[in-house]
Amino acid sequence: MKAGTAISVAGIDAGIDVDDLSSLLMIRHFEQSVLDLFARGLLSGTTHTCLGQEYVPVALGPLLAPDDFVFSNHRGHGHYLARFDDPEGLLAEMTGREGAVCSGVGGSQHIFRGTYLSTGVQGESLPVAVGTALWFQRTGLPGIAVAYIGDGTWGEGAVYEALNLAALWRLPLLVVVENNGIAQTTPTARAMAGDIAGRAAAFGIAHVSVTGSDVAAIRARLAPVVERTRAGGGPVVVEFATHRLGPHSKGDDTRSAAEVAAEREHDWHDAYRRLDPDLFAKVEDEQRTRIAEAVDRVLARPASVWERG
Amino acid sequence: MERVAENLNRALHAAFAADPDLFLLGEDVADPYGGAFKITKGLSSGYPDRVLSTPISEQSLVGVANGLALSGGRAIVEIMFGDFATLAFDQIVNFAAKSVAMYGRRVEVPVIVRCPTGGRRGYGPTHSQSLQKHFIGVPHLSVHEISPFHDSTALLAGLLADGEPAVLFEDKVLYTQPMYEPGTDGPFVADFPFGAGGPARLRASDGDDVADCVIIAPGGVARRALAAAGTLFAEHEITCEVIVPTRLYPFDVEPLLPALAGAEVVCLVEDCAAGGTWGTEVAARVYQRLWGRLRRPVVLCSAEAEVIPTAAHLEQTVLPQASDIHRAIWEALHA
Ligand SMILES: Cc1ncc(C[n+]2csc(CCOP(=O)(O)OP(=O)(O)O)c2C)c(N)n1
Ligand SMILES: [Mg+2]
Repeated sequence: MKAGTAISVAGIDAGIDVDDLSSLLMIRHFEQSVLDLFARGLLSGTTHTCLGQEYVPVALGPLLAPDDFVFSNHRGHGHYLARFDDPEGLLAEMTGREGAVCSGVGGSQHIFRGTYLSTGVQGESLPVAVGTALWFQRTGLPGIAVAYIGDGTWGEGAVYEALNLAALWRLPLLVVVENNGIAQTTPTARAMAGDIAGRAAAFGIAHVSVTGSDVAAIRARLAPVVERTRAGGGPVVVEFATHRLGPHSKGDDTRSAAEVAAEREHDWHDAYRRLDPDLFAKVEDEQRTRIAEAVDRVLARPASVWERG
Repeated sequence: MERVAENLNRALHAAFAADPDLFLLGEDVADPYGGAFKITKGLSSGYPDRVLSTPISEQSLVGVANGLALSGGRAIVEIMFGDFATLAFDQIVNFAAKSVAMYGRRVEVPVIVRCPTGGRRGYGPTHSQSLQKHFIGVPHLSVHEISPFHDSTALLAGLLADGEPAVLFEDKVLYTQPMYEPGTDGPFVADFPFGAGGPARLRASDGDDVADCVIIAPGGVARRALAAAGTLFAEHEITCEVIVPTRLYPFDVEPLLPALAGAEVVCLVEDCAAGGTWGTEVAARVYQRLWGRLRRPVVLCSAEAEVIPTAAHLEQTVLPQASDIHRAIWEALHA
């Protein structure tokens, strides 16, 4: 893989896979319910929805093996749901109910399940991901480490220390950058000199940029990229040009209505709907109902119990 | 009525108006957002060259502040969540504090690192901590906490004039609460017997001169201590006075000694996880000065030595509540 590969998919040409569409819509409705529960005072604390970015983990899902070590960040609901299809466990975690994945201790942004871990401190996960990649390499296991980070997280020095190590040691590390053009309220252009491709190039690390949200097409194009890293080809940075449709956390969107509307133009939701309105409506109904029932069930449960370690 | 966040915002505006060489750096601090907790609102509009929204780079933020200070300026850094001050620990401890003395002569490093702090908002284990204890005992680094009983304008001016780096803790729930005025805290009335800028002392307006119990509680826990003082009196006629310091380290225990020596029980309250804390530091000083005169061991109400859970029902079991303070004092008196 040469540095600077670009994957650009326009529209949804590769057709609709019902499982993928179900995942996309499950995550969409989960996130909308989260904001709704906040508005109704049934959820407290903080949360960062991935509205608009759902297709990223859905596209990557089947490319990852169950033992690959996935590191997520503050905006991690979609990463978790795409991997585990477990809206009830996550919602229970966020509401502190029985069945919570981490007993309600971690909450929205601190989840650990199998080889999936999220943390709310920016940049913290990348060196840890390098450690798990080193473990895979030394033990000869076929796994790779995958770390999701945002554009803003490239402000942290730890990101560069980790990239340097991963490149030096040719580690099986896939850095997935969800570049949504903004970090909380700061546009990327106000926080990043140069660009991510140039930064990867500085370490001799392959960089792939992805635009568009056709899940099947993106997956097909990324399959060899992931396999190359898995086969010992060294780390790779895959940068998605993506779109944050919601607020940073709850009600804190400083963008103008016009700016948000421009982001919505890129919503996969509308593109998929146009392709097959009937199928879309059917799947959307299923997922809306599924999430609504999950919400009711979780909210009816008793508080979570924490067995202190 | 002025809220604590507004008071602090006003203090920052006053500091900028007074000092053309003052800078402020932090993530998302610029208008219209004005910081995650709105404390810097209006500053970037008023002082666009000196109030800088930065990338997510805590270590470098404090490093840049150190450089401005070395050049003769002054700087305030906002760490979005105090938990992330750990990322700047090197710049604070090994550069800012060390530089004051390690070159064999005094070097002024007027830098304030502001840390929004504490739990009770459900933000979870990496966004709820009170890390005061990690900054205690570093030579030439002072540690402070805002309080609803102290005007932050005087506090900031004092820290900037001091010439040495300071870490300022700001309880996030306190932000939303009113500044003290007579009546905001029930029967409790504040006075400043230890001098302006010294600890506030809160006593029930109709209370005796000598309280049964002296509670020392910084800003973030002060109102929980007052709530406990209220129920201890209502239920058991135990009188408490609550001392609210803003300077946590170095802590001057001398002016408090007469009140502490006269009390049946001395209680220290803090949101830090138990173990090697501000409370143990103050207790050690109290023992040194009052050994043989204290009626009983100092009561320490810290958070449990645990992570701070996200879910409210679990978090409550870790952070000290008013009822925990009440119970600890009651049990000490009846042990
Ligand atoms: C070390 C650290 N500093 C600051 C924060 C506060 N914070 C949480 S998310 C965020 C913005 C992250 O932006 P980006 O990496 O672009 O991810 P996005 O939110 O856009 O998905 C900030 C500043 C944090 N969590 N960790
Ligand atoms: Mg971003």
